[in-house]
Amino acid sequence: MREKIIEGRIWVLTGSDGRIIDDIDTDMIFHNKHLHITDISEMGKHALGNLEGWEDFPEKAEKGDIIIAGKNFGAGSSRQQAVDCFISLGIRAIIAESFGAIYKRNAINSGLAILECPGISGVGLNNGDIISINLETGSIKKDGEEIIKARPMSSVQMDIYQAGNLFEYGKSMGQQQD
Amino acid sequence: MGKTVIEKIFQSHSGDEIKAGSVAWIDLDVRTARDFGGPNVVKHLRENYDGNYLEDPEKTYFTFDLSVPAKTIKYAINQQICRKFAKETSMNIFDVDEGIGTHVLIEKGIVTPGSTAVGTDSHYNILGAVGAFGQGMGDTDIAFAFKTGRTWFEVPETMKINVEGTYDWPSTPRDLTFAVMKELGSSGMLGMAAEYYGDEIEKLSLDGRITLASQTTEMGGIIAFIPPDDNVIEFMSRRAGRYVKGVYADKDANYVKEVHVDVDKLEPMVASPPKPTNISPVSEMEGIEIDSVFIGSCTNGRYEDMLAAAKILKGRKVKKGVNLRITPSTKEVWAKAIKDGLVDIFINAGAVVFTNPGCGGCAEGMPGLVGEDEVELSTTNRNYKGKQGPGKIYLVSPATAAASAVKGYLASPDSTGVKD
Repeated sequence: MREKIIEGRIWVLTGSDGRIIDDIDTDMIFHNKHLHITDISEMGKHALGNLEGWEDFPEKAEKGDIIIAGKNFGAGSSRQQAVDCFISLGIRAIIAESFGAIYKRNAINSGLAILECPGISGVGLNNGDIISINLETGSIKKDGEEIIKARPMSSVQMDIYQAGNLFEYGKSMGQQQD
Repeated sequence: MGKTVIEKIFQSHSGDEIKAGSVAWIDLDVRTARDFGGPNVVKHLRENYDGNYLEDPEKTYFTFDLSVPAKTIKYAINQQICRKFAKETSMNIFDVDEGIGTHVLIEKGIVTPGSTAVGTDSHYNILGAVGAFGQGMGDTDIAFAFKTGRTWFEVPETMKINVEGTYDWPSTPRDLTFAVMKELGSSGMLGMAAEYYGDEIEKLSLDGRITLASQTTEMGGIIAFIPPDDNVIEFMSRRAGRYVKGVYADKDANYVKEVHVDVDKLEPMVASPPKPTNISPVSEMEGIEIDSVFIGSCTNGRYEDMLAAAKILKGRKVKKGVNLRITPSTKEVWAKAIKDGLVDIFINAGAVVFTNPGCGGCAEGMPGLVGEDEVELSTTNRNYKGKQGPGKIYLVSPATAAASAVKGYLASPDSTGVKD
């Protein structure tokens, strides 16, 4: 079983005006000029490479970190690399006001923990804060106090997350027919 | 309680009880991957499964449309990986000559009203133009679909979009699309399905329907259905070689919300960088100087789009210093544009590059990119920063694009004196 409570240091994706950025699209996360890359270990160094002010994210990020984002995070293209680049860096979870529909599927299928949390941009979180998130209940805590509640993972999302990814989940439930 | 279009399509492809909010396994009629995504799909299949990679090779396709023919060594290698895999598994392949995958699926009658299809293309919901369910997905999802022929969905709620009023030339289906996007914004359809209704919707040709459906993703939508009319049913039946039926919502279907969009006396519109939903009337923005113009993409690369441009360019010249590039969406459109003499009109207008069919500039700029500080008018679907090079991209209809190419600045098609 993978852990259902994750604790880690956060990065809040804010712009130069200090406000959390909405509509971060997949070209800002993983630019189309790198689409030919198929090796996941090569993807991390391009994460957020086209998001103004965040170009140095791959150097700053550490394994186990958590990302906080605004509305419609991962809008745009269907590229899996926009999810896998964060897995490549060891990012443990992404919490956003909301996600682009395809991005959400891609993240769930890759076994990256993501939570939708309307209101997360307004609770005063800052870069470097340590938070703990309960994937099953959606509870997000800082210094032991619950600060906001995200939508808990859906049953399919939790199943795939626990299996590791969609392929492992498929094997475990005998979805693929030989 | 009646069912919406998506609930009906899912119900006919699932053993699970379908209702909005439930999670269901859905059988997929068609699954595809492109030259982008395709190599990773192959990699996932080879790493995760021991042979026997495809549930049904007949229903499985590669559609090359991004870098066609491959213009970098990396794309050449990636396409070769797909070709080898297709040969090994006997799956289908539409190679670099065919054009945009979703358009080809419609033209060849592979996807028909009520079909379920998935592919590695975020504009896969274009298939809503013929009342089919199409969902763009990442390569993990698509590899799983290749292998199993099915996938999971959280059945989305449906919103109803009523388009009210009527408009005339020089406004076009692209301008209708802009009107909807102005109303809904970048997340107005987020995580939802939609259904379009209204007089102007019913009047839309198949090409116009493709334009409207192609912008679903830009509003955050999963799929937006345009109920097929007699013309679409007739076209699809002919192309599929069998009689096809449309899937329509029940009268008492349950909608999460209803939105009204007024298109009465609609003016030509423009979307300013860096967001496709950053929309205003051309009349308020007229005069912006431009360096280049692109007509094409999955949004406006159809024959009617070529025709709209030709009508304006006929007997006129592209302004000195402006370059105009035109990319038809498919080989069928490309061939018809040549046969009907549209390409002669383009060439006579000067400063025009007419390319082979494909996606256009959206990945590594097959028909060219925009330099720093350059301004381009484009009929493509996205003007996000850096999407077509470092310059600024304004999105417009093909008619506005062609008129502006003649003028050398953003201008309404009216300004050329051309009448419908």
